[in-house]
Amino acid sequence: MKRIYMDNNATTAVRPAVLEAMLPFYQEQFGNPSSIHWAGQAVSGAVDTARAQVAALMNCQPEEIIFTSCGSEGNALAIKGSAEFLRAKGNHIITTAVEHPAVLDSCKYLEKQGFEVTVLAVDGEGMIDLAELEAAICERTVLISAMWGNNETGTLFPVAEIGAIARKHKVRFHTDAVQAVGRVPVDVRAAGVDLLTISGHKFGAPKGVGALYVRKGMGLTQLFHGGHQERNRRAGTHNVPGIVGLGVACELAVADLAVQEGRIRALRDRLEQGILSRIPEVQVNGHRQQRLPNTLNISFAYIEGEAILLFLDMKGVAASSGSACMSDSFGQSHVIGAMGVDAMMANSNIRFGLGLDNTEEDVDFVLEILPEIIQKLRDMSPFYSERAAS
Amino acid sequence: MYSDKVIDHFTNPRNVGVIVDADGVGEKVSSSCGDRMKVFLKVVDGVIEDLKFQTYGCGAAIASSSMMSELVIGKTLDEALALTNDAVAEALDGLPDPKLHCSNLAADALHDAIKNYQGEGA
Ligand SMILES: Cc1ncc(COP(=O)(O)O)c(C=O)c1O
Ligand code: FES
Repeated sequence: MKRIYMDNNATTAVRPAVLEAMLPFYQEQFGNPSSIHWAGQAVSGAVDTARAQVAALMNCQPEEIIFTSCGSEGNALAIKGSAEFLRAKGNHIITTAVEHPAVLDSCKYLEKQGFEVTVLAVDGEGMIDLAELEAAICERTVLISAMWGNNETGTLFPVAEIGAIARKHKVRFHTDAVQAVGRVPVDVRAAGVDLLTISGHKFGAPKGVGALYVRKGMGLTQLFHGGHQERNRRAGTHNVPGIVGLGVACELAVADLAVQEGRIRALRDRLEQGILSRIPEVQVNGHRQQRLPNTLNISFAYIEGEAILLFLDMKGVAASSGSACMSDSFGQSHVIGAMGVDAMMANSNIRFGLGLDNTEEDVDFVLEILPEIIQKLRDMSPFYSERAAS
Repeated sequence: MYSDKVIDHFTNPRNVGVIVDADGVGEKVSSSCGDRMKVFLKVVDGVIEDLKFQTYGCGAAIASSSMMSELVIGKTLDEALALTNDAVAEALDGLPDPKLHCSNLAADALHDAIKNYQGEGA
């Protein structure tokens, strides 16, 4: 059976050139970059190179990059680190209803510490209202955290406009770009971003490495105390192989943006149009225009999502429902819920996350098997026969 | 994450459908996830002669419905009333913890159908 992986928003395979670049740093060049001897110095240059590669991807200075262990850490450091650092200035944070749990739960934690959090609502396409954002800003507001691209629907927030509002009111602006980096152009200067999170495993680097962009002059309270790594902002011996891999993945991502915009978007559109034309009573969730080029979130009336995923899996197709973290709980997706999607449609949303390895044949295979899967499940559903009867 | 039995019953569910002139019809909506199951019974001399179901739910819910139907067709109403959620889950070689509630749907909808039959028969 051919295996088709269409869950690239959950994670991606390490790209061959990334792995190749990493391998020497496990055994031959194993030193600690903070050591002054030959073994340490041999690798400290590699960390510098990676830092420059990451900085180039997002158009910042290398000193503005902090290496982290993952996207969740980057978000926690940005949000908790800013809130604590700016505590004397104010205690109000603005975020949105569709953020990743790493952001929302960091905000909830801060709420318990006495912060006040405004959670902006989204419309049916998962978009925030900029006027509402601006109106929410008050004298005590110290941070806005709004994501670049949504992990479930792919909806892209107007980051540059949010950045302009933040600047105007002199409020710090963090964006979770974990899904956006490598898929759409991400330029922190152009967007007026102060803090930006990325995670390696979403774009061809390994799991367990990420980075946080911190604009020069933005103070942060550390999460990890100890060593002097990362200019005293994040203690812990560098994950050298991971950092090297992240750097190479960033370099490849710059070169591949055209592929995302071209080939990957075309595959996603072929899948979307194919499903819409073959299966009645389906609904695309997310913004029609402002959307990651690789993401399709789609709901099928009368049936439930997990059952669809199981049948797809049996045919070798890996997709997911909303966020990967939800697969062992039965709570509805907070993202789809915030968009006001009706309960039955919300229960059947499937996310296809296309990636560099997907081909037109992969898409056509899904289009071939999906109508039968949907019909089989509809034929079992009481809602479907009741609808047909009425 | 699912046993072979669950996958088998999910892929080829037994006794899916409706019985138009059913003797008893029952239904259950899960309070935890909103999933829903409907059961249709044909009863002859206190024995479940035929059972059909419709399920709107996850893989575990569909497999539980199918397994339940196999467990009670040919059984007396009393035997069927004694069927527990645990027995359905066990017959499927177990369900993952977060999916245990899904087997409730099957037994509860069955019991509801039996009560419906007995209410009308009395
Ligand atoms: C938007 C977004 N933010 C943050 C994360 C967390 O990243 P990580 O898994 O690297 O901690 C993810 C991935 O699950 C994500 O999609
Ligand atoms: S999750 Fe609803 S029945 Fe299984």
